[in-house]
Amino acid sequence: MNGPFKRNVVIAGVAESDLGHDIGLTILQHQALAARRALDDAGLSKHDVNAVMAVDFLGLPSLQIAEYLGIQPQFTDTTVTGGAAFENLVEHATLAIHAGLCDVVLITYGSTLHSDRRRVIERGGIDPRMPPTQFETPYGDLSPISAYALAAMRHMHEFGTTSEQLAHVAVSTRQWAMMNPQALMRLPITIDDVLASPMVCSPLHRLDCCVMTDGGGAIVLTSAERAGDLRRAPVYVIGSGFYSTHHTISQMQNLTTTGAVVSGRRAFQIAGVTPDDIDVVQIYDSFTISVILAVEDLGFCQKGEGGAFVENGRLGPDGDLPTNTSGGGLSYTHPGALGLFLIIEAVRQLRGECGARQVPGAQLALVHGIGGWLSSHATLILAR
Amino acid sequence: MIDERPLPKPDHDSEQYWAAARRHELVLQQCEACAKFRFYPRSVCPNCLSDRFQWKHASGRGSVYSFTIIHRPPLPAFRNRVPYVLALIELEEGVRMMTNIVECHPADVYIGMSVEVTFEDVTEDITLPQFKPLTQGGRS
Repeated sequence: MNGPFKRNVVIAGVAESDLGHDIGLTILQHQALAARRALDDAGLSKHDVNAVMAVDFLGLPSLQIAEYLGIQPQFTDTTVTGGAAFENLVEHATLAIHAGLCDVVLITYGSTLHSDRRRVIERGGIDPRMPPTQFETPYGDLSPISAYALAAMRHMHEFGTTSEQLAHVAVSTRQWAMMNPQALMRLPITIDDVLASPMVCSPLHRLDCCVMTDGGGAIVLTSAERAGDLRRAPVYVIGSGFYSTHHTISQMQNLTTTGAVVSGRRAFQIAGVTPDDIDVVQIYDSFTISVILAVEDLGFCQKGEGGAFVENGRLGPDGDLPTNTSGGGLSYTHPGALGLFLIIEAVRQLRGECGARQVPGAQLALVHGIGGWLSSHATLILAR
Repeated sequence: MIDERPLPKPDHDSEQYWAAARRHELVLQQCEACAKFRFYPRSVCPNCLSDRFQWKHASGRGSVYSFTIIHRPPLPAFRNRVPYVLALIELEEGVRMMTNIVECHPADVYIGMSVEVTFEDVTEDITLPQFKPLTQGGRS
């Protein structure tokens, strides 16, 4: 058994900071709180950490959080691929640990998206000469919702997908959230509630869109060898894949087929498993359409059948493909980038720590990150 | 009338595109090596990386590839426009661009609808190419 994905690298600790609205923490405080909790979860100290990875949209994020925590890393990464970045970082951490460049990698994220939402929505500070700001922003695109709405409209046109089918994703996800004390939105909703919520960008209603929160998270990776005497059961990284097809939504060649086709195929190939083997799925659900596209492109159903596939609670607590068991971005949390929180939930499911929402006997989890405007796709396969 | 919406800032790649729009002309770059049209404008061909290209007049006709009706304004400048149509248009030359569909009711827009370019003079310097339903045999 050798090679980075042959059960040689594990996720040893995971934690959130405090999630929600008006938490009153700064971005660095969110990361520090999550980092302390994740290291504690792993049974490691900050003195064990020799690699730090973080993502932000400004500045030198990994250097900033390392300094704040008093860590001097010998390896670092700040991959900026939008919300999928954390799945990328797990891949990079896996390779770096396996190559012997570092032993213990701390990955952090923190955001005050809810507190700052006006600034984020206005996309202030973006260079007016960049292609999206020259050729999209003047037309009043509501980024990123409008990009996903364009994909949803095209999916409806090509495959007959309906607003009700999109709503099924939101309803199933809410059913999971109702069992997660950490979730922001915990009141039950119906298909009619989703359809009656205000239209934001047709065909996407308010309840087709993720919540906006503050929050942070952290995960700790190390070698399987090192993990032997740690606090928690190790969760192995057994497959990963990445693919990016574009940056700007008008450059996406086919709005109904995403990079998940390639990232998913690679991850399954490396892990040596198939979609039928997966027990629990975490998909970047910034919008309901993201999930429908991903279940098709990752091979859980045929292209064009995603709408019918998600009907009747299939993704929910009584369904045969438990998906976004934390309540996802739609109901649990979405502090700007969701990718790290998908990994945290997958790890907890594989450890059997999820209480009422636990998927019994979960052995294999798939995590799928999406970044930008359906731009970047990163798939991880994790095993207990 | 001055519109406070965010406006493009032409750069070395795009200044000829925006200058043409100011003259109410839609132009596209065509690669001299592989003959492919491209949009948005850039200094190298995304098909073959050749830096040789010519600016060509586009037919100005195309069809709606996808669209969304925006109900919530992204910025205060769009508050008086909602609801409006944001669309991706496939031009006859085979490139896709983002635009608004104007001169028709948002509810009348559909995927596959034939459209033609029209121009909205926003400031003294900037004119935005827009699209409207194709009138029989017509072009701008």
